[in-house]
Amino acid sequence: MSQSDVSAPVIELKNLSKFYGSFQALDDISLNVAAGERMVICGPSGSGKSTLIRCVNQLETHDSGQVIVNGIDVGKNRKALREVRTNVGMVFQQFNLFPHLTVLENLTLGPMRSRKMPKDKAVELAQHYLERVRIPEQADKYPSQLSGGQQQRVAIARSLCMEPKVMLFDEPTSALDPEMISEVLDVMVELAETGMTMMVVTHEMGFAKKVADTMVFMDAGKIVEQSTPAEFFSNPKTERGRLFLQQILQH
Amino acid sequence: MRKIPLQWAAFALIALSVLLTGCSDKLQWYVVSPATETGRANLLFMLGGLKYTLLLSITAIVISIIIGLLVALPGISKNPFARGFNRVYVEVVRAVPLLVLILWVYYGLPIMLGIAINVFWAGVVALALSDSAFEAEIFRAGIQSVDRGQIEASDSLGLGYIDRMRYIVLPQALRRVLPPLGNQLVYMLKMSSLVSVIGMEELTRRANELVTAEYRPLETYTILILEYLVLILVVSAGVRWLERRLEVKDGR
Ligand SMILES: Nc1ncnc2c1ncn2[C@@H]1O[C@H](COP(=O)(O)OP(=O)(O)OP(=O)(O)O)[C@@H](O)[C@H]1O
Ligand SMILES: [Mg+2]
Repeated sequence: MSQSDVSAPVIELKNLSKFYGSFQALDDISLNVAAGERMVICGPSGSGKSTLIRCVNQLETHDSGQVIVNGIDVGKNRKALREVRTNVGMVFQQFNLFPHLTVLENLTLGPMRSRKMPKDKAVELAQHYLERVRIPEQADKYPSQLSGGQQQRVAIARSLCMEPKVMLFDEPTSALDPEMISEVLDVMVELAETGMTMMVVTHEMGFAKKVADTMVFMDAGKIVEQSTPAEFFSNPKTERGRLFLQQILQH
Repeated sequence: MRKIPLQWAAFALIALSVLLTGCSDKLQWYVVSPATETGRANLLFMLGGLKYTLLLSITAIVISIIIGLLVALPGISKNPFARGFNRVYVEVVRAVPLLVLILWVYYGLPIMLGIAINVFWAGVVALALSDSAFEAEIFRAGIQSVDRGQIEASDSLGLGYIDRMRYIVLPQALRRVLPPLGNQLVYMLKMSSLVSVIGMEELTRRANELVTAEYRPLETYTILILEYLVLILVVSAGVRWLERRLEVKDGR
C-alpha cells in the first residue's frame, strides 16, 4: 500500500468467465477489491464462489476476461505468476498443511524458497506469526498432532509468513467442529483489524456483519448482489438473496 | 507386524528340515559341514559369492531408482509427448525377459557400441534397466497419490516446480512407496542370480561351480536357498525399520 495509488484496486476482475467443459462456472464477473477492503462472498453451493476466488491466484485458469492483481494481468503474464502468488495468501477449507513437515517447517518453507529469506529470519518471522495466531508452543509438532482449529490457524500463519498484500479464504471454518470455529474466526477478525485486504468465502454471517466492507452474493456463476453488509442483511435487493438469507439464518 | 518374517522363517526352516529328513539316507552333508576342513572351505567358497550378489543388486537398484524417477516424472506431465515417452519406455522395457536382457547387454551391446563391457557392469545395466520400468510405475503411482491440495498449497506459496517436487511431493510420495521399493529390492536380490549365466561369481554361480566339483546338488542348493532366505529376511527387516522410523518422524 506504501507507494501504490490508494484508488488502484489490489484485485481487478474484468468480465471473467470460466467453463468446466460446457458447464459455465463463472459468467461475466467483474469485481474490484481495494487495498484494505474486506469482501465476503456468499451464495448457494455450486454457485462458483471457490472457482472465483481460485481464479485470483490462478489455481484455476479462466477462459475469458482479465484477472489483474497488483496491476499485473496474470492471465497474460504467466512468468509473473509466481511473483503474484507470493503476494496473495490463500487459506483452504481442508487446511492443506504439509503433513511431513513440522509446524515451523510449514511456515518457513515459503519465505525461504520463494522469497529467498535466510533461515534465521524465516524462523523469527514464523515465531512472530505463530504468536499472532496464538499457538507459539506448537512449533515443533506435526500437523497431525494438532486439532482442526489449531491446524487452520497454522495454515493462516503459513500464508501470513509470506507477508502477502491480500489474503484469500475459501470456507476456512467449514471443515471444523463447531467448538473450534470461533478460535479461527477470532484470528481472522484480528487480521482484518490490522488492515489486511481480505476476500473471504464463508457462510459465517456473524463474521461478515462484523468485518465485511462489501458483501457479494453469487448464484449460478453470476454476481447477483453486491452491497454493504447493512444493506444486504436488512434489505436484500433480489428475491434470490432474500431466499438465501432466510435459509442460512434459520440455522 | 514385526513378528511375521520371523515366524515365516521358522516355518520355512521346519518345512525344509522335514522335507530333508524324509530323504536323510540320501543326504551327505559332509560337502558343506563346518566340522570338516573341506566342508568349511566349500562353505566359504559359497559365501564368497555374497559380495557380488550384494554389490550387483545394490548398484542396480540405485541406478534403477534414479532412472525410474526420471521416467516417472514425464509420466505425470500435462504434455502428451512426455506422457507418451513414459508409456513407451515402461511397456517396452517391461516386455523384455530379464534373462534375455542380460544376454543381449553382455553379448549384443558391445557389438553395437564397439566397446567392451565386463560381466559385472553388463549385469548391473540389465538388472537396472529391467527394474527401472517397475520403479517408474511405482513412483508414478506414489506421486499421483499425493493430495491435490498439497500442490495447490505449494503453488499458493509461490513455489516453483522443482521446489514443489523436492520439498512437498517427493518426500510424501517416497514414504508411501517405501514398501513397494522394498519389494523391488528383494526381487532384485533374487533376480541377480540370473547374472550367473554370463559368469558373474555371485551366490548362484558359486553354488553351480561347487555342484560341478562335488556332485552334491541337493545339499549345495539347499544351502544356496538358505543363503538367499537369510539375506532377504535381513533386508526386509531393514526396510521395515526404515518405514517405522519415517512414521515416527511424521508423528503418526
Ligand atoms: N474441476 C471441476 N470440474 C468440473 N466441474 C467443476 C469443477 N470444479 C467445480 N465445478 C463445478 O462448478 C460449479 C461451481 O463450483 P464451485 O466449487 O466454485 O462452487 P462453490 O460456490 O464454491 O460451492 P460450495 O459452496 O459447494 O463450495 C459447481 O457446479 C461445480 O460442480
Ligand atoms: Mg467452494
